[in-house]
Amino acid sequence: MSEFWAGIILAGAFMAALGGALALFLALASRRLYVFEDPRIDAVENCLPHSNCGACGTAGCRNFAEQVVSGEIVPAKCSVNPPEMNAYIAGMLGVAMGEVEKQVARLACAGGHHVARMRAHYAGLQSCRGAAVVSGGGKDCAWGCLGLGDCEDVCDFDAIQMNGFGLPVVATDLCTACGDCVEACPKSLFSLQPIGHQLWMACKNQADGETAEAQCAVACTACGKCVADSPAGLMHMDGNLAVINYAHNSLTSIASIERCPTGAIVWLTDGQVTRGHAAKKIVRVTPLPLAV
Amino acid sequence: MNFLPFFRRKTFARGIHPAGNKSTAGMPIRRMPFAPRMILPLAQHIGKPAVPIVRPGEEVVRGQPIARADGLMSLPLHAPADGVIEAIELKPSARGPWVNAIVLRVYEASTQEVRWATPPDVDALTPQEIVAAIQAAGIAGMGGAAFPAHVKLTPPKGTVIDTLIINGAECEPFLTCDHRVMLEYPQDVIRGIQLAMRACGAPRAIIGIEDNKLDAVEMLNRHAPADGRIRAEAVATKYPQGAAETLIYALTGREVPIGARSSAVGVLMNNVMTMAYIGRLIPAGEGVIERVVTVAGPSVVRPGNYLVSLGTPMRSLIEYAGAQGNEKQIILGGPMMGEAVASLDVPIVKGASGVLVMPEREIARRVYPCIKCGECVSVCPKGLNPSMLGMLAARREYDVMAEQFFIGECFECGSCSYVCPSHIPLVQQFRVAKGILKERAAA
Repeated sequence: MSEFWAGIILAGAFMAALGGALALFLALASRRLYVFEDPRIDAVENCLPHSNCGACGTAGCRNFAEQVVSGEIVPAKCSVNPPEMNAYIAGMLGVAMGEVEKQVARLACAGGHHVARMRAHYAGLQSCRGAAVVSGGGKDCAWGCLGLGDCEDVCDFDAIQMNGFGLPVVATDLCTACGDCVEACPKSLFSLQPIGHQLWMACKNQADGETAEAQCAVACTACGKCVADSPAGLMHMDGNLAVINYAHNSLTSIASIERCPTGAIVWLTDGQVTRGHAAKKIVRVTPLPLAV
Repeated sequence: MNFLPFFRRKTFARGIHPAGNKSTAGMPIRRMPFAPRMILPLAQHIGKPAVPIVRPGEEVVRGQPIARADGLMSLPLHAPADGVIEAIELKPSARGPWVNAIVLRVYEASTQEVRWATPPDVDALTPQEIVAAIQAAGIAGMGGAAFPAHVKLTPPKGTVIDTLIINGAECEPFLTCDHRVMLEYPQDVIRGIQLAMRACGAPRAIIGIEDNKLDAVEMLNRHAPADGRIRAEAVATKYPQGAAETLIYALTGREVPIGARSSAVGVLMNNVMTMAYIGRLIPAGEGVIERVVTVAGPSVVRPGNYLVSLGTPMRSLIEYAGAQGNEKQIILGGPMMGEAVASLDVPIVKGASGVLVMPEREIARRVYPCIKCGECVSVCPKGLNPSMLGMLAARREYDVMAEQFFIGECFECGSCSYVCPSHIPLVQQFRVAKGILKERAAA
């Protein structure tokens, strides 16, 4: 009996001694290997959205906090935080908040299924990427939006909603310009644009004018009227498309879009899309029949 | 006839047995008349697109070079008929994006005569000259991938090739063009193989043919030279027997390591129709301007094997063969690996082995969740885990697919999609994943 208890006590004592020794080792190790980290990094990180979206250009929110504390980046670079929160971070650190022009994702296509025809039914995997690997997805315009909503799926901020014509609509107030939709779109139709870029070319169809117009009622027909109506150097024609040089953004005016026959080039104000006066009116709301 | 003991059939592990549907196997090759307009994409091969050497308005004759190769990894183009160049502009391609193409308006009086040829002294050619002649003839792999044949026949420096494998398996259902070529042009096939052996230095060549085509095995063995360096062998009829890795394993017992090419195990592999065209065009000094295409499928009125000029729009070919019904699905290539095309203006190119016209299913197949039955795992010829890969693809975890589940090894044979009882479009998901991984690697 006593031998039995002695065994248990011995085992308990041994384990306690071992635990104590290892605890002492850990305590010494943590003292010896201690790395000082600026406590402000944690404080700043706690003020960040933790979405790790990458819109600021860093690897994630923690990385952003480190760079803000070390002064490599200004707090305003976080486009997800409301400005008050960025101002709070700036005040806490005693640095300038900085100024960053808000960017939004913009779609270079206006060809919903009421204006752009399909040439084949697509019945496979219901995603744009999936459709794009099967002969380009069946839309007559090989450059246009496939409308299956990969961008809507990847958007972490619910800023993209598909409208009734199968086109994504970006809510400019929710968009943080993280760039996920830019990567998701198989036709590379999204790009991040400063909100001040109001003149917008909403077409990427490189076919000749007649073919393009047959494929989509709002395609650029490469007539060149917008280029003629713009100040010199602002726009030029390239590959059957009008190209805007945003380096001269200050020269843009609504005059450039007025004579566009299809409304492919538009003027954007606060999420409102303005088409030119000469653009043909789109009355159709139902999908176009299949092209043969 | 060569009797095959059932238990010693040469083959590979796993795979599937789809219905053959090779009703066109008995139909001799017939020539299709010229289409009024030919569309010749500058990139009919893997690699850099050709550079046009003609201008719109210029008259060309059948066989005349109209575009030159842009570097080593590129091929020239030749005019498939007498006519006038109408334009060089963007045209739809089978893969979707519009690509630059030469449009040729064919003269009604154009004849079958090839009027542009420079026959070399074949016996005096050095290996380098043979490779150059194959490039000048514009020959791309005719099995479907359209990899430039001259690049394939140039083994990487430092590797020794001991076996040239010729792929006559034709494991895709419906397709019979390779079978007809082996039966009707056996001399061309053998001559092509002899040239290819000289080009790559291989001492022996094996033609692998599925054992549903024993007549082709017999025909080629009868025409092979007596020294025994070229022989045709039967392999089991199983899909995908005609893939590079599986056929190499079936014929030599060698496995190609992950990420390596077949030359790493001393083997080069080429398609049998590619050999037939090398054997015909190199001695004649001509360029490739036509190929044999199987036109088949339940909706085709006159199925068969047609000798089609490159650049013939699918619309003309289907009109010529006849198609029933309004709604149909048109597949370029075989039913397992081919691609549905969305436009009939897509032309026949060097890699187009078949055109299948299928009646469209009335209701698209409903996709159910994965039930983890493991059917896909049991058929994958590469030993991958398609079920896991599919679930990762649905969650967009592409990096995990590449690093832990070897998506790069998948050659998209479609066996997993074929057996999936839940109708999950696995291969399509893998194509998407591989596309995104390629984009990320390039960025």
